[in-house]
Amino acid sequence: MATIYVDDRPCRVDPQQNLLHVCLSLGFNLPYFCWHPALGSVGACRQCAVKLFRDAHDRRGKLVMACMTPVADGARISLADPDALAFRAGIIEGMMHNHPHDCPVCDEGGECHLQDMTVMTGHDYRRYSFPKRTFRNQYLGPLVNHEMNRCIQCYRCVRFYREYAGGRDFNVFGIRNLVYFGRYQDGVLENEFAGNLDEVCPTGVFTDATHKRHYTRKWDLQFAPSICIHCGVGCNLSPGERYGLLRRIVNRYHQDLNSYFLCDRGRYGYEFVNSESRLRQARLGIAAGKWQSLAAQPAAAWLGKLLAAGDVIGIGSPRASLEANYALRLAVGPRRFFAGVSDVELRLLRLAADLLRRQPAPTLREMESADAVLVLGEDVTNTAPRMALSLRQAVRQQPLAELEPLKIPVWLDHAAREAAQERRGPFYIATPAATRLDDIAAETWHAAPGELARLGFAVARVLDESAPAVADLPPPVQALAGRIAAALSSARRPLVVSGLACRSAALLEASANIALALRRSRQDHARLAIAVPEANSLGLALLDPRPLSEAAGAEALIVLENDLYRRASASWVDELLAGERRLIALDCLEHPTTRRASLVLPAAAWSEDEGTFVNYEGRAQRYFAACPPPGEIQSSWRWLRDAMREAGREAAAGWQSLDDLLAGLARDLPALAPVLNAAPPADFRMAGARIPRQPHRYSGRTAILANLDVSEPPPPPDPDSPLAYSMEGNPDQPPAALLPFAWAPGWNSYQAWNKFQEEIYGPLRGGNPGVLLLAPEPRPAGDFFRNVPPPLAGRDGEWLLLPLYHIFGSEMLSRYAPAIRQLSPAPYLALSAADAGSLGLHAGENVALWLDGRAITLSLKIRPDLPPGCAGVPAGLEALPALELPAWSRIERGHG
Amino acid sequence: MFGIVRTIWDVFRHGFQPRVTRQYPEQPAYLPPRWRGRIILSRDPDGGERCVACYLCAIVCPVDCIALQATEDAAGRRYPEFFRINFSRCIFCGYCEDACPTYAIQLTPDFEMSEFRRQNLVYEKEDLLISGPGKYPGYNFWRVAGVKIGGKDKGESENEAPPADLRQLLP
Repeated sequence: MATIYVDDRPCRVDPQQNLLHVCLSLGFNLPYFCWHPALGSVGACRQCAVKLFRDAHDRRGKLVMACMTPVADGARISLADPDALAFRAGIIEGMMHNHPHDCPVCDEGGECHLQDMTVMTGHDYRRYSFPKRTFRNQYLGPLVNHEMNRCIQCYRCVRFYREYAGGRDFNVFGIRNLVYFGRYQDGVLENEFAGNLDEVCPTGVFTDATHKRHYTRKWDLQFAPSICIHCGVGCNLSPGERYGLLRRIVNRYHQDLNSYFLCDRGRYGYEFVNSESRLRQARLGIAAGKWQSLAAQPAAAWLGKLLAAGDVIGIGSPRASLEANYALRLAVGPRRFFAGVSDVELRLLRLAADLLRRQPAPTLREMESADAVLVLGEDVTNTAPRMALSLRQAVRQQPLAELEPLKIPVWLDHAAREAAQERRGPFYIATPAATRLDDIAAETWHAAPGELARLGFAVARVLDESAPAVADLPPPVQALAGRIAAALSSARRPLVVSGLACRSAALLEASANIALALRRSRQDHARLAIAVPEANSLGLALLDPRPLSEAAGAEALIVLENDLYRRASASWVDELLAGERRLIALDCLEHPTTRRASLVLPAAAWSEDEGTFVNYEGRAQRYFAACPPPGEIQSSWRWLRDAMREAGREAAAGWQSLDDLLAGLARDLPALAPVLNAAPPADFRMAGARIPRQPHRYSGRTAILANLDVSEPPPPPDPDSPLAYSMEGNPDQPPAALLPFAWAPGWNSYQAWNKFQEEIYGPLRGGNPGVLLLAPEPRPAGDFFRNVPPPLAGRDGEWLLLPLYHIFGSEMLSRYAPAIRQLSPAPYLALSAADAGSLGLHAGENVALWLDGRAITLSLKIRPDLPPGCAGVPAGLEALPALELPAWSRIERGHG
Repeated sequence: MFGIVRTIWDVFRHGFQPRVTRQYPEQPAYLPPRWRGRIILSRDPDGGERCVACYLCAIVCPVDCIALQATEDAAGRRYPEFFRINFSRCIFCGYCEDACPTYAIQLTPDFEMSEFRRQNLVYEKEDLLISGPGKYPGYNFWRVAGVKIGGKDKGESENEAPPADLRQLLP
């Protein structure tokens, strides 16, 4: 620690940092624009000027940019010096010369960093009377809105988009004071993280285009601390609600996971909650296609009668909370509780959980600091998108380590990038098809999943002689394995990333072998990350469900927040539901399974519900409701509780709140007892008060519902959390797991996270939220897996059909959001050019894909990156039937 | 004794003073234009709705009696989808008028809005919107703001340069 004197006050600070970083960490209000905690300093905006004095006797000092000045022990600086104040006010005045008179109609207004900084410096009146510069806007797609007049040329957008996120289709154009940030022509931004421009931009140039359609100011939104439901990474979100509609998602800082950035699926997928397809009323099927609406009580009684009769099985869901799955497990009994995922997926999830018990998974922040990476079989950008953004930072680690002799600090962003030039750390990608990370990879290799696993086993063998050998490996692959092993073994923090996308146990085992081999060679920082498909995939597996294929024979079937037609073949599901069997579906959206149900119970969407998700690390994180569920809708676990009450089940009948359920869960499954600590219980109070979900500026309390009844109703009660549906409550910073939004005096924008962290870019005060459920056991890390798959034997006239994932389209819920749906691909069949040529097919032609004796007609797409003998179809599209992939299939010329 | 006589004299004298009691409502009272009475939404000189749904009146309202929702027309002009004032809560402080960046919301010299049913004091946009510019006849926010709306392209606002040509290379 170094000591610096800020306005003659001694402060202990981190000597590795710059003055801006430490001043903000100390809680001082120092304005800035171009600096960003995750992007570092470039000194472009000149806004963070402070006075630096030579010694205690120096009274004149000199102006320096705080973000560009390293901390020196004993340094004396002044923030309040009149020269510094005047300089900062002058800079803002210059920026405001051309800033349009837009605030009332600007979506950033009220949470604008430029507004905050203008107020902070005291600038209020435009003295410059010459015309304002204007620009034409661009269409940047359905997610991001562009209003270029407002730009203050801080360059943050282009630094994030190109340098941090690796985008290519966005840049800065023009010269002198006509500098333009955009694409070379109108078009959809290609990068999967483009939505972060909304938060990176300090003003309203880039704003949320989906929010624009139902615009609400930040002060009018009712927020909740929430967790993303669209993949297994578990990013922390802050959803905002107004007038019963979910309005938008913004990032909620979590040091170990999403930090300052989200993927576009997580940010824009929220609109499924407002979808026309929402189920709002319990209904009873009385004949084929005929429904009768039912009130809540009779609906629960109907289900209760079935439960009392006894012969009921339950199918859980990887996108329902741990609590809802547990309630179902309790309702039907552990032996009658089945996984709502395919058998292969369940087996892989159990394997992933076992591997997590051997060794903790890396956090995203740890992935960023990995200095050698092997991605084995997973298209991370499309299955666990936020993880890909972290992996992209990992290639910088080795060049950054080489900067040490040059004495260039890591935060001095452009100097560090200039010194590193195009050098990148070792990053190897072995996947079935090209991925969006290929541009940073040292080497990529595309092969069928079994071949990838063999490569993985071979790498482990090179690293450790006691690992199983791989027979008949072609020499080029053996050489590649050698290069990968050399890179991993010479790294300080090697990382292996794999996942469930290929549905291959051998791939996971091969990855585990590599991680084990590295650890055996005393690389204690070696890590293995396994991407899981859905928000609560691991949570479902931890409840120990039986495989889905064994679900049969019962009189009635409860399906919890799941579309079975996505999980198993239509013929199998039809057979399961055939006959007089009763199907009870609990879900928030209409889908093929709810259409077949005898009884549909409308479940709360995740933004209206409270529960726990277990992410890829085994971290249990609680999410809270942004608004209570409307009308007859209620949480799945409350429907099940009501039914159990009707059936006279003692254990669940008394559940009044989520805490009662969690207490039961902890008693029943002691291994999961740590979930109790994922967030404070509902009776937690701060100085006797609840934590407000609404900002203290929330408006319209006495008018929102006045059209219905002029007498205001009390705010809805919330028995499940210590948060209140109100602006009243304790204004202090709550524990991080309960922090609904970031807002501090003078800091109305997203940049306010500064005020909630122990140190900038460090943990939130009170520690990072979430608890790890799968703590590694203190026994030896286990032995190598020994089932090396044989080489892939191609079949004559058949292709190995692989799932190809799409960030927009492969996930079910986000597809109900109009903007995401617009970006989803149409169904297609992909073949390599050579394979298409051998069949005499051309791109765009209709082809017939034969699987299980049935043909599906798809349009052909040529993907040169597909390995020979392999074909691909987009995973998870509703237009395609659920396919258990990889599978062998025949391809023929289609008709029509 | 003197005091009693004096009081009787004062009362007697008062009988010849001019009357100050106004026979309201037969005799209307003069209210200055700055009187803070019934709230209206005005239109700009071109006849368009002045309110741009910026929510500033709602946030500044100390009794939270204003609720609205922003929306946009196809050309990008923002306006309130609904605009509701609960006059049974309004304290006529006039902060909304102060906060309004477009002179849309104005307080008028009218206080005659008593109702027998409180529900009738909830005014919607149809009840609030008048046909003229009210106290500020000249101002049109859209002529100043930089955004493009129907009938006004980029660079056509007051004191704006035409849109920059990004392909010119002159220093």
